[in-house]
Amino acid sequence: MIRFDYARPGDVAEAVRDGAGDHVAYLAGGTNLIDLMKENVARPLEVVDINRLPLAQITDLDDGSLRLGALATNADTAYDERVQARYPLLASAILAGASPQLRNAATNGGNLNQRTRCYYFYDVDTPCNKRVPGQGCGAIGGVNRIHAILGASDQCIATHPSDMCVALAALKAQVQVTGPEGDRTIAFADYHRLPGDEPWRDNTLKRGELVTAIDLPAEDFSTNYTYLKLRDRLSYAFALVSAAVAMRLEGDRIADVRIALGGVAHKPWRRIEAEEAIKNERPSDTVFDTAARALLAGAIGQGDNSFKIELARKAIIRALGQAAAGTPQSQTDKRIR
Amino acid sequence: MNAPHKVGIGTPLARVDGADKVTGRAKYAAEYAVPDLLYGVAVPARIAKGRIVSIDDAAARAVPGVVEVMTHENRPKQAWLDHSWKDELSIPGDPFKALHDDRVLFAGQPVALVIAETFEAARFAAGLVQIDYDAEAHNVDFDTSLAEKFLPPKGMRRNTFHPPKARGDAGAAFDAAALKVSGEYRLATEHHNPMEMHASTVEWHGDGKITVYDKVQGSQNTQSYLAGAFKLSKKDVRVVNAYVGGGFGSGLRPQWQVQLATMGAILLERSVRVVMTRQQMFYHAHRPECTYEIRLGAEHTGKLTSIYGDATTSTSRFENNMEDIVTWGMMNYDCPNAEGHYTIAPRDTYTSADMRAPGAVTGMGLFEIAIDEMAYEAKVDPLEFRMINYSETEAMNQVPFTSKALREAYREGAERFGWAERSPEPRSMKEDRELIGWGVATGMWDAQFSKTSARARLSANGDLEVASATSDIGTGTYTVMTQVAADTLGLSPDRITARLGDSDLPAAPVEGGSWAAASTGAAVQLACRSVAEKLFKAADKVENRPLWGAQSIDDLDFVDGEMVLKSDPTKRVSLTDAMRAGGLDVIEVEETAKPGLSDMVSMAKKARNTHSAVFVEVRVDEELDQVRVTRVVNAVAAGRIINPRTARSQILGGVVMGIGMALHEETFIDATLGRWMNHNYAEYHVPAHADIEDVDVIFVDEPDPEVTPLGVKGLGEIGIVGTAAAVANAIFHATGKRVRSLPITVDKLLAMDR
Repeated sequence: MIRFDYARPGDVAEAVRDGAGDHVAYLAGGTNLIDLMKENVARPLEVVDINRLPLAQITDLDDGSLRLGALATNADTAYDERVQARYPLLASAILAGASPQLRNAATNGGNLNQRTRCYYFYDVDTPCNKRVPGQGCGAIGGVNRIHAILGASDQCIATHPSDMCVALAALKAQVQVTGPEGDRTIAFADYHRLPGDEPWRDNTLKRGELVTAIDLPAEDFSTNYTYLKLRDRLSYAFALVSAAVAMRLEGDRIADVRIALGGVAHKPWRRIEAEEAIKNERPSDTVFDTAARALLAGAIGQGDNSFKIELARKAIIRALGQAAAGTPQSQTDKRIR
Repeated sequence: MNAPHKVGIGTPLARVDGADKVTGRAKYAAEYAVPDLLYGVAVPARIAKGRIVSIDDAAARAVPGVVEVMTHENRPKQAWLDHSWKDELSIPGDPFKALHDDRVLFAGQPVALVIAETFEAARFAAGLVQIDYDAEAHNVDFDTSLAEKFLPPKGMRRNTFHPPKARGDAGAAFDAAALKVSGEYRLATEHHNPMEMHASTVEWHGDGKITVYDKVQGSQNTQSYLAGAFKLSKKDVRVVNAYVGGGFGSGLRPQWQVQLATMGAILLERSVRVVMTRQQMFYHAHRPECTYEIRLGAEHTGKLTSIYGDATTSTSRFENNMEDIVTWGMMNYDCPNAEGHYTIAPRDTYTSADMRAPGAVTGMGLFEIAIDEMAYEAKVDPLEFRMINYSETEAMNQVPFTSKALREAYREGAERFGWAERSPEPRSMKEDRELIGWGVATGMWDAQFSKTSARARLSANGDLEVASATSDIGTGTYTVMTQVAADTLGLSPDRITARLGDSDLPAAPVEGGSWAAASTGAAVQLACRSVAEKLFKAADKVENRPLWGAQSIDDLDFVDGEMVLKSDPTKRVSLTDAMRAGGLDVIEVEETAKPGLSDMVSMAKKARNTHSAVFVEVRVDEELDQVRVTRVVNAVAAGRIINPRTARSQILGGVVMGIGMALHEETFIDATLGRWMNHNYAEYHVPAHADIEDVDVIFVDEPDPEVTPLGVKGLGEIGIVGTAAAVANAIFHATGKRVRSLPITVDKLLAMDR
């Protein structure tokens, strides 16, 4: 861990001023940043502790959407009555991740900004383009069981580790940010990015920008939904593959569907074509397989992780089945429905 | 405490140190408050092999609070000769000596120790030490290392190694066999991952003496190791390991943190603490990777005719770690022809080490998967198959056992599990989307007894202290000592204090190999019997001589703080009255339990083993290959059980670790970089609560007065042996997929769909 300056602003404007310099990190729950600092992976020269900002509320907006404060904890969000009633997919995804202790400390804004769990990113004695631009990627040709099968580049094959974000992608959330140039709204699909040749950039935040809230649109996916997470043990592990499905049925046909995957790419993986391909179809494994194949088109294995392509296909089919049947995956009963 | 009337051997006494542990009163090695303490943080080598060319520590030294950057260039004098570095469990080769010279032998090797007034300054500065290396070609890949596999010549083998002893003609019998199973079985590298990281606090007293609070499984092992390495007098080195937060074998040998902390203390003449980080814990002891070629031949009836095994395990380039792999199957099964071979393969890592049931959990476990395959070949129920090939004697050395209640374990375990309801065909049991499988496997481990001393001290007020330098690595030694003393002298446990984990106490070996309960228990019993003798003698001076007629303490019961005449229970003398009458303020005795002549004869002529039968139910999602272990029954034959509660805990822990071995545990190494990659708790998976469901433990009756003085066989390892194989066999029964490589992760099951 290196030495750093520490600021604890009392309001958002002050935080943005404090966050304007070089090598600044905003500190919220600290469940990821502190680990990374101890490992010498994150080396901020200034830490801006935003825990005193008034951003912990969950509030109803006039247009029927629900605003999740950036500093609301993952636990308070998952157990919020409005979230449970109107956005059970989000509650389920949050509860699929981490542990109760971590969810009690981790915040919504922090969840969006958590870094990859790539082994090489975490070990400063190995090469990593995400950690040190131009250093090379150890995972390509190395140990890559947990790495990306979609959207990777020859610079980086890391994945985004969040469960919550997979649900937010399916729910078409909007990210509210503020910064030196004022406020703006980022569609969730545009928030995280693919590594390309700038793998050190996880998202599209500009320098000094701060997430203030996440808005959930007023759409009803509270009946036909699921979050299905497959991992190397039954709890407390990052997803090998996860699938968030939000569906609306009209009669016996799929009127609307969103499918997002976790654990497979540098961002939650959605493709409109895959969703369009099965709209107005009657739910069946054949139809779901069509969506799965469209969503996974172009997937590339790196060796250790090649199994994820088939695992993802099967997970998508099952998740769509769970959503269509209205039997979402339980996060406590580990039997897969 | 709600004490039973008489706490004795067989009472489910609650762990006597439990309250201290859960309230934080129990102190671990890094928790001792020592005045004027310095903190050392190790700098790990980036490369896997080569030489240190230069060290630039200027930036580190410039950090406020940094006192020293210790490297091979400025370290204090330490022993040059390898034999000075030997410890109780040293293995042939050159013991690792941190900061000895410029050689890098493995990635993660500590190559500098930054010592500072605060931990934070030391850690910060450690990241600033710049080291240039001259890297050499390395190999850490096990398969590549097989090209260099070898059997060390006699004299360079571990003294625990038993060469396989062939019988009959396994090759010819295999060729002629009606049924054949052959294949390569694998186990991935595992790391011990005890909760407490390896830590040492070395207190510098300034008078030439040091006290070392060490995370180690034997205080006197660290004591003699440090004395040898730094040319110290043993009497000047006191080592304390009163509490150890898990070991599983990683602390059998003193690890590098204690060497570095001691070296720093000597250099600076101050107290120094060194704690390994969780990441550094992955760069030392680990269970060796294993490949095991097994060939079995059998008749159509299921009678085994041939056993052939050839195994290789991984070691380092500087020490020959060896395990018994192929012998377990040869010992356990009645089969006229058997042949085994064993080699080790060196790679550029730290030396592999003993990890819970070393050798057995690998060798017996993988063999039990092959046995299961043969049962299906023969179309015989897997449990019945084991009965058909049951050996009353130890089949490799052809000697009888002191006792073997494995048949009873099979029977009682099967009954509890409901094995009779099993549908024989794979994939024949299903509920909703899950295939259900039932599997069985056998476990076997050594029942060992090691020379151990203990002291008993009875005060005039009736308080008893029993003490031995043995360890309690979470296994229940404190409780066992208390209980044996309570049993022998008829005292309530709350009058008894057990002391251990201190090199000043009577001599004891490291805690490992499942021998502690049998050995320490025997020593405590001997010491308490000597106290009893003195009490009996003193009782003669009590008015009216109530115990008149008793010839020895064997004519007495010791109950509720009193000596009671067996022939007339109305005649009794309290221990405190006896002491008063005898004019004794205190009775203090030290005794040593060791194998006597008749034990030596018995050891030469008989095998001494624990056995188990493990039954497992798994449920596997048919499409997604997600495995849940929903039921385990582990039936154990381990002689006399001192404490059913702590004993059950031991087996539960073994079962959990066995499930981890079956499904989760695997350390990945990057062949190019020579580094372990998933070196943290997030990516090295051990079972979480959700992975553990219904686990049932049975202890079958197995009286065995011959095996050890108390009839105790030990329980530290037997719980894990057999568990992983039973899970693997249950997965086959559920899915029809035979995975011969542990752990059975989802990718391996998926691959078999094609």
